[in-house]
Amino acid sequence: MEAQTIMRVHRRYAGVLAGIAVAGLTLMGCSSGDSGGGDTATESTSGSATDTAGAATEVEVFTWWTSGGEKAGLDGLVSVLAEKYPNVEFINGAVAGGAGSAAKDLLQSRLQANDPPDTFQAHAGAELDDYIAAGQVEDISDLYTEFGLTDAFPADLLDLLTVDGAIYSVPANIHRANVVWANPSVIEAAGLDPTATYATMADWFTALDAVQASGKTALSIATTWTQVQLLETVLISDLGPDAYNGLWLGETDWTGADVTAALEDFQKLMSYTNTDRDGLDWPDALGMVTSGDAAFNVMGDWAAGELDAESLTAGTDYIYFPVPGTDGIFDFLADSFTLPVGAPHPDGAKAWLDVVGSLEGQTAFNKAKGSIPARTDADPMEFNEYQQSAIKDFGSDTIVPSLMHGAAAPIAQLNAISDATSKFTTGGSDLATFQSELAASAG
Amino acid sequence: MRRTIRGWGPPLLLISPSLILIGVFVYGLIAINAYTSMTDMHTAAQTTGRAPVAFVGLANYWDLLGSDSFQHSLKNLALYTVVFLAGTMVFGFLWAWMLDRPVKGEGVFRSIYLFPMAVSFIASGVVWRWLLNSNTGDKASGLNRLFQMVGLDFLQNGWWNNVNFGITAIAIPAIWQLAGYVMALFLAGFRGIPEELREAARIDGASEWQLYRLVVFPQLTPIALSAVIVIGHMSLKVFDLIMSISKPANYQTKVPAIDMFLFKSEYDYASSAAVGVILLVIVAILIIPYLVHVARSGRR
Repeated sequence: MEAQTIMRVHRRYAGVLAGIAVAGLTLMGCSSGDSGGGDTATESTSGSATDTAGAATEVEVFTWWTSGGEKAGLDGLVSVLAEKYPNVEFINGAVAGGAGSAAKDLLQSRLQANDPPDTFQAHAGAELDDYIAAGQVEDISDLYTEFGLTDAFPADLLDLLTVDGAIYSVPANIHRANVVWANPSVIEAAGLDPTATYATMADWFTALDAVQASGKTALSIATTWTQVQLLETVLISDLGPDAYNGLWLGETDWTGADVTAALEDFQKLMSYTNTDRDGLDWPDALGMVTSGDAAFNVMGDWAAGELDAESLTAGTDYIYFPVPGTDGIFDFLADSFTLPVGAPHPDGAKAWLDVVGSLEGQTAFNKAKGSIPARTDADPMEFNEYQQSAIKDFGSDTIVPSLMHGAAAPIAQLNAISDATSKFTTGGSDLATFQSELAASAG
Repeated sequence: MRRTIRGWGPPLLLISPSLILIGVFVYGLIAINAYTSMTDMHTAAQTTGRAPVAFVGLANYWDLLGSDSFQHSLKNLALYTVVFLAGTMVFGFLWAWMLDRPVKGEGVFRSIYLFPMAVSFIASGVVWRWLLNSNTGDKASGLNRLFQMVGLDFLQNGWWNNVNFGITAIAIPAIWQLAGYVMALFLAGFRGIPEELREAARIDGASEWQLYRLVVFPQLTPIALSAVIVIGHMSLKVFDLIMSISKPANYQTKVPAIDMFLFKSEYDYASSAAVGVILLVIVAILIIPYLVHVARSGRR
């Protein structure tokens, strides 16, 4: 009898315990589910409460600028923000890793979960298409008028930024993707004139042959994305700016004979490259040039920042020129900032966008990052030698959008082109298959 | 009736939290994933509900299975699994067999073989990327350089940069990491065989080979099966090692898990989900017969 009661009590107790356990787990589930959004929720309530009072607010800026010149550039923007908007507190939402791919992944989940940052970094141009189609970024054409940006940026750039009459981002800088970086002593050792420039791909091949004969790597390259960037510069070189632009507008036929010729040039260029390319990233490939193992490397002008950091001097330690056949063409990409739909602190975000578009902001940012201001009224004397030449070219050259860096095509098409390129350069497909896969990527 | 409730109620109540959680977060999400894979959710606008999503049945599966690049991924996965499985089983068994004899410093060897398992795939992948450098000749480094130094130049190769068999080079670090684990399993198996059985066999005049073939191996079968299941399902999920040795965009080392990641990043949620279901089915083909087998032998 006694034992039975105890048992029963135990059982009842067990039931209660189980109930508590269920409740506890459910609570835990809720709280862990909330913890991500929890602080933003409190932020937004406190933010909006103070916003209406017209006092201090804050801005969470989501970037992948966490080190080196990029971080220094971001710090430059923050100091201008502190001057112009002392009431706006800067919250650094930077995510490191994988040249921005880790950040883009996190951003994708945050936007899907309706938990956007106040503003985020994105390449200007077609890369924004997905965010626009998904209704995740606001049209900020009004801000362009309010901040007087419409006349500050070159018309070519504004055309590339405008989607169906609306603009969704403010560019912070301009990079150039079609630049060759070269080691003059390696070129000289191969019996070539280091000051020579090459008008066409064919001229360049002669030089590459000479370097290869001297036993050095003629053209250093890294993993897939740098190969895609090389491909895009070859397309610009062989097709010219109009036909190249037509590739992205559906006006140039991917299956045409001129594209075939460009792909043949690309194939030939790849034959001059290092065999361990797929395991390297761009600083490794650039390092092969500076260390004297390779003669040429095609990379965007963020390479200038890297070379600066190694205290190398333009002209003696390294030389640079546009990819052969692209003189007078500026293969552009730009980092820009957006106003996400449902940003918790829209006033903070607007302050940030004002700073990003302002002359002071662009000067402070680009001096540190190594890129050039998107504004046409920046004073070139504030910048280094390479930047001055880039500013001059940007003012006079034809501007075309970069494929690899999100200006020309949306991410799905870029991924399809990357796939096809990697398959081709590793020997998984022949040129005809490569071309048909590129054509298919255009949809 | 009351009795049954008393008997069943509390235990059921006790396990219900985990039942509910697993039901929602595992099986519920698998169901949602399977549904997503049968829609045409291929663009960013559809993922936020700004464009209509339609049910397309198995169309995504036919597209995937019919595409050259996904077939290449599946072929890579099969190759990788075969090499990884064979490598870990052979080395694991060999090491266990050697350590099973009375060896001096057995503990030291055991630790040495087991240690690699403690390293994360990402960390070991970074080092193996250097070792598996594909340059040969003058510019060689890593293992290729080592081959030159010991005069085995003919062994130099491009490792994972071969479009057909490159994936098998990725299996080398995986074998290095997991063979010790298989060794531990086999060693436990060896130790579980009573000494009397071996003695009895010897007294009956069995040769060493007969002793292994007829007495030891049959008793190791369950261990070997478990090892195959554990290694096999790890192999099917390979992702991190490839991410750190190669790059997701490199065609030669693509496997379905990498495809899934890339589809997700380009907002092609339907294809991504379809790849997930295909992987789940492949793992199920491997594991369900094992579970059935275990359940049957448990009943016996």
